[in-house]
Amino acid sequence: MSQEVNLHEQVGEMTTHEVHHDEHHGHHHKETFITKYVFSQDHKMIAKQFLITGMIWAIIGGLFSVLFRLQLGFPNETFPILEDILGKWAAGGKIQPEFYYALTTMHGTVLVFFVLTAGLSGTFANFLIPLQLGARDMASPFMNMLSYWFFFIASIVMISSLFVQTGPASGGWTVYPPLSALGDASEGSKIGMDLWLIAMALFVVSSLLGGLNYISTILNMRTKGMSMTRMPLTIWALFFTAVLGVLSFPVLLSGFILLLFDRHAGTSFYLSDIFLASTQKALPNEGGSAILYQHLFWFLGHPEVYIIILPTMGLVSDVMSANSRKPIFGYMAMVGSMFAIAVLAFLVWAHHMFVTGLNPFLGAFFVLLTLLIAVPSAIKVFNWLTTLWRGNLRFTPGMLFSIGFVSLFISGGLTGIFLGNSTLDIHLHDTYFVIAHFHIVMGVSAFFGMFAGIYHWFPKMYGRYLNNTLAYIHFWITLVGAYLIFWPMHYQGLAGVPRRYLDFSGWASFNQFDGLNRFISIVTIMVFAVQLLFVFNFIYSIFKGRRVTSQNPWGATTLEWTTPINPGHGNWEGEIPEVHRWAYDYGKDGRDFVPQTEPISPNESPESKH
Amino acid sequence: MAQAVPAEQKWWSGGKSPFNVEYGKLMMWYFLMSDAFTFGAFLISYGTIRFASNSWPDPNEVFQSFPGLGNGLPLMFVSLMTFILIISSVTMVLAVQAGHAMDKKAVVRNLVLTIIGGIAFLSCQAWEWTHLHHEGAWWGSNPFLNADGTKATTNFTNFFFTITGFHGFHVFSGVVINIIMLIMTLNNVFERKGHYLMIEKAGLYWHFVDLVWVFVFTVFYLV
Repeated sequence: MSQEVNLHEQVGEMTTHEVHHDEHHGHHHKETFITKYVFSQDHKMIAKQFLITGMIWAIIGGLFSVLFRLQLGFPNETFPILEDILGKWAAGGKIQPEFYYALTTMHGTVLVFFVLTAGLSGTFANFLIPLQLGARDMASPFMNMLSYWFFFIASIVMISSLFVQTGPASGGWTVYPPLSALGDASEGSKIGMDLWLIAMALFVVSSLLGGLNYISTILNMRTKGMSMTRMPLTIWALFFTAVLGVLSFPVLLSGFILLLFDRHAGTSFYLSDIFLASTQKALPNEGGSAILYQHLFWFLGHPEVYIIILPTMGLVSDVMSANSRKPIFGYMAMVGSMFAIAVLAFLVWAHHMFVTGLNPFLGAFFVLLTLLIAVPSAIKVFNWLTTLWRGNLRFTPGMLFSIGFVSLFISGGLTGIFLGNSTLDIHLHDTYFVIAHFHIVMGVSAFFGMFAGIYHWFPKMYGRYLNNTLAYIHFWITLVGAYLIFWPMHYQGLAGVPRRYLDFSGWASFNQFDGLNRFISIVTIMVFAVQLLFVFNFIYSIFKGRRVTSQNPWGATTLEWTTPINPGHGNWEGEIPEVHRWAYDYGKDGRDFVPQTEPISPNESPESKH
Repeated sequence: MAQAVPAEQKWWSGGKSPFNVEYGKLMMWYFLMSDAFTFGAFLISYGTIRFASNSWPDPNEVFQSFPGLGNGLPLMFVSLMTFILIISSVTMVLAVQAGHAMDKKAVVRNLVLTIIGGIAFLSCQAWEWTHLHHEGAWWGSNPFLNADGTKATTNFTNFFFTITGFHGFHVFSGVVINIIMLIMTLNNVFERKGHYLMIEKAGLYWHFVDLVWVFVFTVFYLV
């Protein structure tokens, strides 16, 4: 007993110590340019670093898709300007086959990991967790800073792989062995592949440092009164995302370590019975299994798609509730369905592997578990729709992107039910149907969620608004464009058009799609141009945007809007506010909204059943 | 007694840690979960490949040497290694316990013993690796025959060196962490802080590394 008391005494001392620490944070230390903008430990600056790095990556990754769409849409044309820019990769003004594969590989890698994982979670987890929970900063600001710089180094290594003579990795973003394990197998499997693996290993470290911080901040640093069920859904979403990342990325790392050994130490983890055409040699490797890599990869790879989509689900819920002036419908159902998604995320990976020769009996379980994900997903969709239902909608850009997100999530989610069935997957696997499915449901819709977040929280980030006119142009062209690009791909996929092919002119049956391919490519270029318009809006508005004049421009209930318009390091100038209610008291008792910081008054109607 | 936490306290209502731990310990637990998945992935990969093979070398044949005593002593040396590592876990517990009691001398003594245990384990591993290497075993080369007398693939040694190497790297990190803890203790850092929680976190890591060894030991040497 005495020992227990002792422990509590210690902890008691610790908290008082922390309070003193907080008071120090209140007034500003002298900051140099380096500590404020470069090696910053302020979660808000780190969030902006992630966001801007992510945006640079998004431009690069998007440009890659424009380049390979040029080839797919205009296989018989030449673009001499490409040779001027890209040299031998576009000899004669045509994208060369090796480079085409490098482009698709890097497009996937960059957008999945560097933009929609680091750029998305890195931005909003860092920015919103302390602000919405009422914390001065992350649990460990130093680790947080390290997390960004590991991401930065990973980015540098990945970028550098674009400039090596043999080119970047080109075996697809999943880098399946044996192609990725054998340097002689292709140009992209040489040094480019090593740089890819090193960059990704650094990326995993960054993600781990970030994830541990997010989890312990959410559990430990909530302000007084902020119980778990009073947290905004954004925080719940980021919490599950962090747990998924912490538990699934290490498995990917193990897989990569084994792959590195196969590449350089003569091991045969993934290799067996290989004859290499390029060298006309049979390799001595025996006993390995290429399928093993696929299991390790997809054990991350599937949770990864939820790592991408969950944060945007949270952001959209909050933006949507605030702009419908209504409580989110089914708060606990939202939390429960996110939890269900997080659990199921670990149990469905083999649905990416139905055609690898997986035992069909085993496949049946993966079909069942995969289709089960439709249940929590549908609950979420219905809750968003019922949140909108009879709401007092304000069509701010953030709101439009949120609604667009739900539209895309439905359209893309439905085709997931097709693909989750192993029998249908035999026909649809590796066709444009798959491309259409995952681009709509996790690519474009995650981007929409991210845009919703950026438009909504930009005033908090920079104390200025983004330009609305440009935002509406951005929204409509992107939404219509996204459907025009990806909807037709379903038909191509059903007709059997395979993904990753450079040129379809050899297949008479696919000639019918020549015009469609041209059309898709032209729309792609237009949509890409509109994203550049958004980037312009973003940069312009940081410096010249309309100033935010009130603390709470959206009339939102959550804590970040109780900070000064341009919060310093430490977020709140005085005491950290105390929370008395959940985050969704909109339209209660005839009032437009009630902030979380307002105590429950005696004659108030009872707390909403959530 | 006045300091005791009231029974009615709401642990999850914000303003305090629901587990009554500071963030560092929470992070360490989550990191260990993450690391468990790294090792888990390695060991499951090993199991997958091993059970997909027709036959596999017999560990009693492979691991039968003891420095100074020659051959014919199956698993004796690795038993010693395991014993050393487990004892080092005991001394680590004693160090953590001494930290709770704010007994600096005992913390130092037990940390030194733990560090010695860790270094002894690493030395044993170095000897074992060298010995196997002299027998022709390495990544990509396996001199040992399968238990049924057929020629084995290289995956026996591939997995052995990769996974025990990865574990050895963890032990090495643990020794480095413990040395840092020792220096901090000697410099009275924890005396000034008023608690030895850092030692407890280092202890968590050390026990985890021991626990992983139990699994590595089981799947590589026993089955």
